[in-house]
Amino acid sequence: MEFMTDVFGFYFGTFLVILGQSLLVIVLILVALAFLMYADRKIWAAVQMRKGPNIVGVFGLLQSFADFIKYIVKEVVVPAGADKGVFFLAPMITFIFAVVAWVVIPFNDGWVVSDLNVGVLYIFAIGSLEVYGVIMGGWASNSKYPFLGALRSTAQMISYEVSIGFIIVGVLLSTGSLNFTDIVRAQSGYGALSWYWLPHLPMVALFFISALAETNRPPFDLPEAEAELVAGYQVEYSATPFLLFMIGELMAVVLMTALISILFFGGWLSPVSWLPDGIHWLILKMLFWFFMFAMAKALVPRYRYDQLMRLGWKVFLPLSLGWVVFVAAAAQFEWFGGFYARWAVGG
Amino acid sequence: MVIATLAFYLFSAVAVASALMVVLARNPVHSVLWLILTFFSAAGLFVLLGAEFVAMLLVIVYVGAVMVLFLFVVMMMDVDFAELKSGMSKYVRIGSLIGLVILMELLLATGYWTGWVSADMAPDMRAAVTPALDEVQNTVAIGSLVYTQYVYLFQAAGLILLVAMIGAIVLTMRHRKDVKRQSIVGQIYRDADKAVEMIDVKPGQGL
Repeated sequence: MEFMTDVFGFYFGTFLVILGQSLLVIVLILVALAFLMYADRKIWAAVQMRKGPNIVGVFGLLQSFADFIKYIVKEVVVPAGADKGVFFLAPMITFIFAVVAWVVIPFNDGWVVSDLNVGVLYIFAIGSLEVYGVIMGGWASNSKYPFLGALRSTAQMISYEVSIGFIIVGVLLSTGSLNFTDIVRAQSGYGALSWYWLPHLPMVALFFISALAETNRPPFDLPEAEAELVAGYQVEYSATPFLLFMIGELMAVVLMTALISILFFGGWLSPVSWLPDGIHWLILKMLFWFFMFAMAKALVPRYRYDQLMRLGWKVFLPLSLGWVVFVAAAAQFEWFGGFYARWAVGG
Repeated sequence: MVIATLAFYLFSAVAVASALMVVLARNPVHSVLWLILTFFSAAGLFVLLGAEFVAMLLVIVYVGAVMVLFLFVVMMMDVDFAELKSGMSKYVRIGSLIGLVILMELLLATGYWTGWVSADMAPDMRAAVTPALDEVQNTVAIGSLVYTQYVYLFQAAGLILLVAMIGAIVLTMRHRKDVKRQSIVGQIYRDADKAVEMIDVKPGQGL
């Protein structure tokens, strides 16, 4: 009897609260994704002097919803000889891990579903698990093009995870914590000047480029290089499984914009001290970085695969590793007046 | 604690079941996928122990990196399923023997049969090097322990890994003289003047 009251008294209430918070985050992000997808296509179209989606709804605003319905009602095709279980597991893994990563992202001071004290590691762990969606999808399709695309994609994602890890280590050294809320709080002070983009300026560029590679976005969209591999690991996918892959990928992109905003641009902090902090700043920063992602897609030609690997291992890895050493020294010996050691000056 | 207990049994049951499936699955790729699930459940158990740093490391290092390489190798192999299955009966005896030995050792170590208890001084010796866990996070605790008390062992472990890495590179790298290599600097500094040549082709003559 005690067990029952225990579960349904305290735990059930907590469970409901957490469920409500998670649902709120998921629904808001999914709705935002629909319009970000539209924005992506509009920006891309504008660069190429096209109109982009403009038929469904006012200015084509409902295009993503029309696409959504189209994906849902199409037929799901399973290739002959495919490993059925793994084939359907793969898009689900991509989608689920893309969603659960958002648990530790703080949208405002205290607005976070789970304030893990290893939040950065959690994001990193979830990011490394997203590889499995790709590699399982490619293998289970029982076809050469998806398999080659999956191998490429996996190698690429693993390579750039290393340099992203080292770049984040620099920020962690400055903060002295693995918690995202602490990282943002450590950047408060003199508005935009005390954000980490200034002390970690070279790493912002490296992180942005690594994020492009990590999320398989152009110019690093080699897994789906349509000239060589048709569409990479998702060739054999149709209808809802394909939709899950696409949502998962786009969500990873938006997560990267959130990470850049939180790690280097002060999250919810206001750029000037006379304006109040709040979630709108985080959204504005994320929108700016999403615009940069879209512009990179529109402007830059695709890399060759060996160039991509060389860039990851021979350029980004030594640079970010050297930067970690530099930041460690600057933080330990409090060079530049504790600019790199926020825990030392009590920031 | 009810939820924690339920979660413990959930993670343990999934870990044991998926570990069994690693052995029993007919397709080696499925075996690797089950192994990934086993690691994932073990990470869940670490979280329940309050060791979230170790849990995240387990997921990042083993699931995120080691198992991907494993999966690569297994996917590329040309597997004969019939031969694999015939090997199963051959190895099941020695395999279960090893499993039994490990189980006995675990039971002995926990004092389930023997009634062994750890020495009086053991908890003190453990506590002496560990910072009070209610004061610091376990990430900080591990960090300060590894970089002060055990710094030489930690560095030695790093050196061993470095030696292994260099060894693997030396063993596998061979310089072939007969292949064309790319000169990245040459590619970067190549411009349109050197690469493109305008030729005025006369009509009806070709080049």
